Amino acid sequence: MTTTLTPRRSRPPAQPDSLRAKRLPGYAAPALAVLALLVSAGLVYGVDLGGPVLVVVLGALLYLAGLFAAANAVEGRRSARNRFWSALIHSALVLAVLPLASVVWTLFSKGTARLDGDFFGSSMNNIGARDANGGAYHAIVGTLEQVGIATAITVPLGVLCAIYIVEYGRGRFAFTIRFFVDVMTGIPSIVTGLFVLAFWVLIVSPWFNDGQPGFSGFAAALALSVLMLPTVVRSTEEMLRLVPAPLREGAYALGVPKWKTILRVVLPTALPGIVTGIMLSIARAAGETAPVLLVAGGGAAINFNPFENNQSSLALFVYQQAGEASKYSPARAWTAALTLVVLVLVLTVAAKLLARRNRLGR
Amino acid sequence: MGETPHRSAHAGTGGHAVTQGHERSAGASARVAEAPVSTRTPHDDDHGLGGGGGLPRARAFGAERAFRGVTLAAGVTVLVVIAAIAVFLVAKAVPALRANSANFWTFEGWFPNDDPPTFGIGALAFGTLLTALLALLVAVPVALGIALYLSHYAPRRLGTALGFVIDLLAAVPSVVFGLWGRDYLVGPVADLSAWLNQYFGWIPIFGDGPYGNSILLGSLVLAIMVLPIITSLSREVFLQTPTANEEAAIALGATRWEMLRTAVLPYGRPGIIAAVMLGLGRALGETIALALTLGSTYAISFNILANGGNSIAANIANRFAEANETGRGALIASGLVLFAITLVVNITARAIIYRRREFTESAA
Amino acid sequence: MAKRIDATDVTAYYGGFKAIENINLTVEPKTVTALIGPSGCGKSTFLRSINRMHEVLPGARVEGSLTIDGQDVYDRDVDVTAVRRMIGMVFQRPNPFPTMSIFENVVAGLRLNGVRKKSILDEAAEKALRAANLWDEVKDRLGKPGAGLSGGQQQRLCIARTIAVEPQVVLMDEPCSALDPISTLAIEDLMFQLKDKFTIIIVTHNMQQAARVSDRTAFFSIEKTGDPGRLIEYDNTQKIFSNPSQKKTEDYITGRFG
Repeated sequence: MTTTLTPRRSRPPAQPDSLRAKRLPGYAAPALAVLALLVSAGLVYGVDLGGPVLVVVLGALLYLAGLFAAANAVEGRRSARNRFWSALIHSALVLAVLPLASVVWTLFSKGTARLDGDFFGSSMNNIGARDANGGAYHAIVGTLEQVGIATAITVPLGVLCAIYIVEYGRGRFAFTIRFFVDVMTGIPSIVTGLFVLAFWVLIVSPWFNDGQPGFSGFAAALALSVLMLPTVVRSTEEMLRLVPAPLREGAYALGVPKWKTILRVVLPTALPGIVTGIMLSIARAAGETAPVLLVAGGGAAINFNPFENNQSSLALFVYQQAGEASKYSPARAWTAALTLVVLVLVLTVAAKLLARRNRLGR
Repeated sequence: MGETPHRSAHAGTGGHAVTQGHERSAGASARVAEAPVSTRTPHDDDHGLGGGGGLPRARAFGAERAFRGVTLAAGVTVLVVIAAIAVFLVAKAVPALRANSANFWTFEGWFPNDDPPTFGIGALAFGTLLTALLALLVAVPVALGIALYLSHYAPRRLGTALGFVIDLLAAVPSVVFGLWGRDYLVGPVADLSAWLNQYFGWIPIFGDGPYGNSILLGSLVLAIMVLPIITSLSREVFLQTPTANEEAAIALGATRWEMLRTAVLPYGRPGIIAAVMLGLGRALGETIALALTLGSTYAISFNILANGGNSIAANIANRFAEANETGRGALIASGLVLFAITLVVNITARAIIYRRREFTESAA
Repeated sequence: MAKRIDATDVTAYYGGFKAIENINLTVEPKTVTALIGPSGCGKSTFLRSINRMHEVLPGARVEGSLTIDGQDVYDRDVDVTAVRRMIGMVFQRPNPFPTMSIFENVVAGLRLNGVRKKSILDEAAEKALRAANLWDEVKDRLGKPGAGLSGGQQQRLCIARTIAVEPQVVLMDEPCSALDPISTLAIEDLMFQLKDKFTIIIVTHNMQQAARVSDRTAFFSIEKTGDPGRLIEYDNTQKIFSNPSQKKTEDYITGRFG
């Protein structure tokens, strides 16, 4: 389709006649932008199509079209394409920054309203719709306990599973396990919640709970660990594969048995990367609402015992406060959201910093 | 799960051996150099009496076997968990499905607590797919654009810094996006809906109001939520393009865009597919953000502007509190359908990536 | 086809670091010129500044004048992509596009320039592959991935890709350093043939190679680490290797230095 634009001389079709090329002058792009905005404003207000947002959007589209046309006329098709895509890519950035910045701004401006001692020191027990106070202490306790238990279950299981896949597993069986770990990665969190609901809350826990379904923080921890397991296995697996073979071979050559090589040479080398993966999975689990909603039951009072009675969590607290009719609940919801985000971000930043110091790198 | 007690004997010995190993290593400064002493000794004890010539035989039971067994048990646990998910969900879903007096696939409504119970997945599955696809339609081009900007247009420092911020945004819990969407995005989206309806009302999807908690709002919130995730993953993929390939394209006289087209995008294609599929998985399974923003109706409607819309996951969150025995079973049945949908998406993605492997793997 | 290159007072920087200083040299058309010298002496930097690949690295810039048949490639209104189409480059490590087949690799440059017609592409691909002495080895598997070839074949594929756009000048940055001796020999043979059509400049660490393939040789060196590289001597290859006029050159080629 472009052959018409490059008139083919007898032979070298790719060679330029001259090194020199006509260029759009430096002021062309900003001038085009202003022109596009003016035209767009005239069009929008002239025909009364909408407001300032439309002016900007239409102006941007006109600018893209105009830039392509101008560059195509002066600099040729290739350069025009280059400019067009470059402009498009830059506008994608602007387009995405607006809502994301709004989320962050709202989070901080709304979240700081209830950032007080009462919020971190009290629960929602006996807090009615007309009470301005009340806090998330019970939810914070819940999040920490549930995530802690989930980590204690997942980490040994996940790391050992990765060791099996990388070091011992062979053939079909190891492949099957890998495949199902991948499948697990894609399980939605609500489904893990339903699973624990069906398996633990409705079937297992009634045995020692007088036949009643037992909602508890431990059930939430189980659901979270099903979510964390594939992440931990995959990141550990990746890190173990990065350990250089000579390091292993060096140990084998000295007569060190395989299991000892793995525990004392391979794992310590891969450790920073493994810890990074674990921390990222913890951060993700801490932010999950759906499974906790289904199996921990929520609750307004402080409950330190994860094995008995309802527990809440920060994420669930945000969701529940968002659904309350009280005029004080939005402030509580946003402050809890801010707390949750800070907790998750601290974990994430720590994990990233640790990853940066990782000797194995990528 | 049934496997675990059976393996506990091995687990015990394995655990013991592990601690022993650590005790020894704690005293040694050079781990590898010290190792042979600690491992050769037991061999000599076992076989020294055998009198010289033969090599020591492998022991039938020992730390090696025990450790191997423990790791194998961990691997098997994954399979057991997956199987258990399927088994228990089916076990709880079947009674509710038996009790259902309406067609599960086509009935538009959710009354599992009634007598006789009636509920149908059709509208929910439709809403799930529609919101997720709309969200990807918006998010993927933008995310790829940003990823390319961060990896190949931005000055290096700015690219790294912004990339870090995007990584952090990818970690923000979905409930925060849901809350923001419900409280703040709802206004602008209602305005946009009215405008779209006024000028593009002849397109069926831009139907009449009332505007507010619509499919459009839910999709946009989902889009904003998966945007950092897709951006973060594809940026990493783009950064991994070998410099040698980029330089090859540049040395052939390619412009920056042509360089991206010839070297970067084809190289990153499997990674991009993986990133998009992960985004799709998140969007399909997203619960809270949609529970907060969709209108919770049970009708199949292509009008994305009007109040309404629902998804399997959001429906579970919204209706769980009031559900009785059959109600829970019905919700679990819907979760099973969601599980199946995400499974199909995942397996398709893997198949696509695997097919492309011939060309990319030989590159490394 | 082939063109003459004049470098006048070429100085190149990586950020604040001056890598080469005041390089003056003239390359005649249809010759092979070898750039030799110890590691870090800036010979690769000089090579990369000829087709403006140097400035691809962040913070890198070039001063001075570099002309190709009298046209300064660093002139303000010069199109960088045109420079690189006119001056092709082969890299140290073979770098075929991993996602493309052998055929697609060879015609990548032509496709970038908007050539779409299958017959032209077929013809150009065969011509370039024959010129790179690779046609017989790959003609039955043009659709297979380029990365599946051996190292030496990959490098010849990259040469074919470079000459498919029929440049005036071909720059080679240590093209044989990642190859075994037999592949190296194949590429050296190829250079003899390509000399008829192209001006070739080759950076090499291997002095026997420089002596075997080049007509003229430029010796670069540095005083000490951190100093900019300078051109010490530039003469006919025979003269450089038999009777260099500079003491430093003699020390280097006899192995007493570097």
